[in-house]
Amino acid sequence: MSLDTATAPIKRSNARQWGPFNIETRETPPQSWLFTLSMLSVLATLILTGVIFALYGQNPITAYVTLAQGTLGDLSSLGVVLQRAIPLMLIGVGLVVAFRAQFFNIGAEGQLLAGAVGASAVALFFPNFGFLEIPVMFIVAFICGAVWGFIPAILKLKLEINEVISTLMMNYIAISIVEWLVNGPWKGKNQVGYSYTDTFPDAAWIPKISSSTVHYPTLIVALALVALVAFVIARTRLGFRMRILGENPVAAKYVGINTLSTTLAVVMLSAGAAGIAGAGEVGAIHHKLLDPAQISLGYGYTAIIVAWLARGNPISVIFTAIFLGVVFAAGDVMKVSLQMPAQTTNVINGLLLFFLISTEPLVKLKISLARGT
Amino acid sequence: MMQAMTQDTKPSITPLVSLEGITKIFPGVVANDDVSLEIRGGEVHALLGENGAGKTSLMNVLYGIYQPDGGAIRVAGNVVKIRSPQDAMRLGIGLVAQHPMLVRQHTVAENIALAVKTSFWNPTRHLEAKILALGEKYGLKVEPKAKVWQLSAGEQQRVEILKALIRGAKVLILDEPTSVLTPQEATDLFKVLNRMKLEGEGVIIITHKLDEVMAVSSRITVLRKGRVVGAMKTSSTNKNDLATLMVGREVPQVRSSGVTKLGEGVLKLEQVNVAGDRGVNVVKNLSLEIRGGEVLGVAGVAGNGQRELVEAITGLRGVSSGSVKIGGTDLTNKNAKTITDAGVAHIPEDRLHMGVVGSLSVAENLALRGFERTPFANGELLDFKAMENFALSSIKTYEVSTPGIHTRTRLLSGGNIQKLIFARELAENPKLIIASHPTYGLDAGATAQVQNVLLERARAGAGVMLVSEDLEEVLALSDRIAVMFAGEIMGVVPRDIATVEELGLMMAGQRQKQVNA
Repeated sequence: MSLDTATAPIKRSNARQWGPFNIETRETPPQSWLFTLSMLSVLATLILTGVIFALYGQNPITAYVTLAQGTLGDLSSLGVVLQRAIPLMLIGVGLVVAFRAQFFNIGAEGQLLAGAVGASAVALFFPNFGFLEIPVMFIVAFICGAVWGFIPAILKLKLEINEVISTLMMNYIAISIVEWLVNGPWKGKNQVGYSYTDTFPDAAWIPKISSSTVHYPTLIVALALVALVAFVIARTRLGFRMRILGENPVAAKYVGINTLSTTLAVVMLSAGAAGIAGAGEVGAIHHKLLDPAQISLGYGYTAIIVAWLARGNPISVIFTAIFLGVVFAAGDVMKVSLQMPAQTTNVINGLLLFFLISTEPLVKLKISLARGT
Repeated sequence: MMQAMTQDTKPSITPLVSLEGITKIFPGVVANDDVSLEIRGGEVHALLGENGAGKTSLMNVLYGIYQPDGGAIRVAGNVVKIRSPQDAMRLGIGLVAQHPMLVRQHTVAENIALAVKTSFWNPTRHLEAKILALGEKYGLKVEPKAKVWQLSAGEQQRVEILKALIRGAKVLILDEPTSVLTPQEATDLFKVLNRMKLEGEGVIIITHKLDEVMAVSSRITVLRKGRVVGAMKTSSTNKNDLATLMVGREVPQVRSSGVTKLGEGVLKLEQVNVAGDRGVNVVKNLSLEIRGGEVLGVAGVAGNGQRELVEAITGLRGVSSGSVKIGGTDLTNKNAKTITDAGVAHIPEDRLHMGVVGSLSVAENLALRGFERTPFANGELLDFKAMENFALSSIKTYEVSTPGIHTRTRLLSGGNIQKLIFARELAENPKLIIASHPTYGLDAGATAQVQNVLLERARAGAGVMLVSEDLEEVLALSDRIAVMFAGEIMGVVPRDIATVEELGLMMAGQRQKQVNA
């Protein structure tokens, strides 16, 4: 508030002024503004990470150049980026759907592990599907992930148990189950001293592009899922139900939309996608079920950032997943070229999520340059 | 205009607040065009105008929600910039919004604590007594410990008024204040306003109800299409002149349906009990029947079970016992979709939060009921062409004023949202129309249109249940009037022999006397 005693009436007393900017609120932010906010978050993260580089005695500019060369400079490093982007894309697109339907699925990590267990079971105990071996692994992984998502979903719908808590708790259950399996009943006979299952038979090895680690069947499934989700949201009855439910649950009830089946469909799709990511990791990278921390590297959590950066748009997930894939790959480069701990990537991820959430209050603001009065 | 107003001004009095040449432009719409008005201490200033005339946006400018694109605001003679509602409150300007903005999960006292400075620990400690005292003083009774979600719309509004009063508002803006109040509550509100007047405070009342303007205001400013089209003392004008100024045309006369031969029974309730949000039955052993071609008015003071009754019929709330038959089929405790498919249209009380999805387009909202079926759906796929065609014809038939069919519905004015809901709900020729407060908050033109549509549908053979607190409207449209009190029907009176006095007694809880057959 300012008590301006000047007598001349203000000709263009525009929006709330803040420095050189006018600020107004609006209900429906345009896509370009959402994109700008996301980019600002990325920029702020890069600047602060630069400070961390400086504290490690690295020139931030040269450090970024090194990172860019190490992650994007040649085909083999691009392959690493893509390898990281595959699970992020699968999980990220699932989370976009879940978040849009107001289901805050924090349990993708556990759903990924459930999928990994399912795929491993197929590979280890049913190795005779021939060329169908890998499709069957994907399908079973999808089902296992979906079941892992179904439990917190039904708990929310029937008993109003907060899904943020229950999905998170389900992660720890999944971790413990995997640990028990690799140390107990599924421990490989040939893996003396290691907590691994036996190595998968050849038929269960998901193929990769020549010498890289890019397991293209999973990538194709991920891209197909992105396309499918975009199509479902925009063009189908299920997508329309989902949008009504996500944006006005009262209206959804008024129209008579079956909240239970719609939410279950959405959550199981989301969790199933994470399950497929789990199949990709064990089937293409490790070829066995092993310590849960090695299977996932926190993809289930990082994908939350992927989904948030995409701001509800499934197609954007392709790009945000690759971006976070770069961040992941940068971790290896930091270790090797910059002699910094790879965990720095966790700091980057944390900062990015922090800034993304911090910009949420800005989403409904319209900021423009003040015109001269 | 300014000249006309300054003539009335006593030179010694500085207005509490004056708006000078306020202009507010939204994309494609000039909401306010060079609007000036003054609010002096000790007056109730009525702001009149149709929906979309710019009343609410003008008040949002004064309250700091919108920033004007031109013009100035003075408080006590000084030019001020009001950047936020906090600024407005500090300047002694309080707003009671048309739709309450309260934290529904919190209690009344907690909501009020959010608005005032209280102690960090146990913020509601001293507040409850204060709320009760203020409530007593102004006749705004409300239980401080009640959760807001349990309150009726009228009670929630009382909380909003209390909030502004507790903050010590010098100028109180009331946006459509009586639209959710019963006649008695409205009278009480006018007492509050008179008291504020006597204490030298200023009140701005936004309303469509000309009777109220004449009864309670000292001066009137009339807006049309964002401009001031008239400003005068209340004593120097009359209702007809105001109506003409406001709509710029004659207000269409509403007639009754005039249906003499009634059709089949479309709704039959037998011994229906419905539990409210607090778990106790708020509709008790209620039986009634509506036949095709008749309008049954359900009158009563807000919070006597009307909302729960409507929700039970339309499938939004369970019936604890009794039966709901629609067109002869027992549809007790079926979901909203089944009931819609059985030919029931529901015009909801809360049109903004229930009737539409604000972030979806006009076309999508028009398809909200029908998107699961042909022509809007082709198998699992949506047919956008069909949706667009339907939207185009709907906005034409129902005169929905919108920049386009892809405009987000949230951007439409209340009247146009209601027209959209009517277009959608009546598209399938329903045999039963449940209309809850269908004209609440609408301007004269939209009100007449909505009422005419209901009568037309009755003439075409539909049964209409009109739930309204506006006794005048109920009397104007209904063939029979049922009065609800404490969840029961006190009596059903044919319109021809109904008197306001008798209905009033029934609304107060007296059972109907012997009806002459």
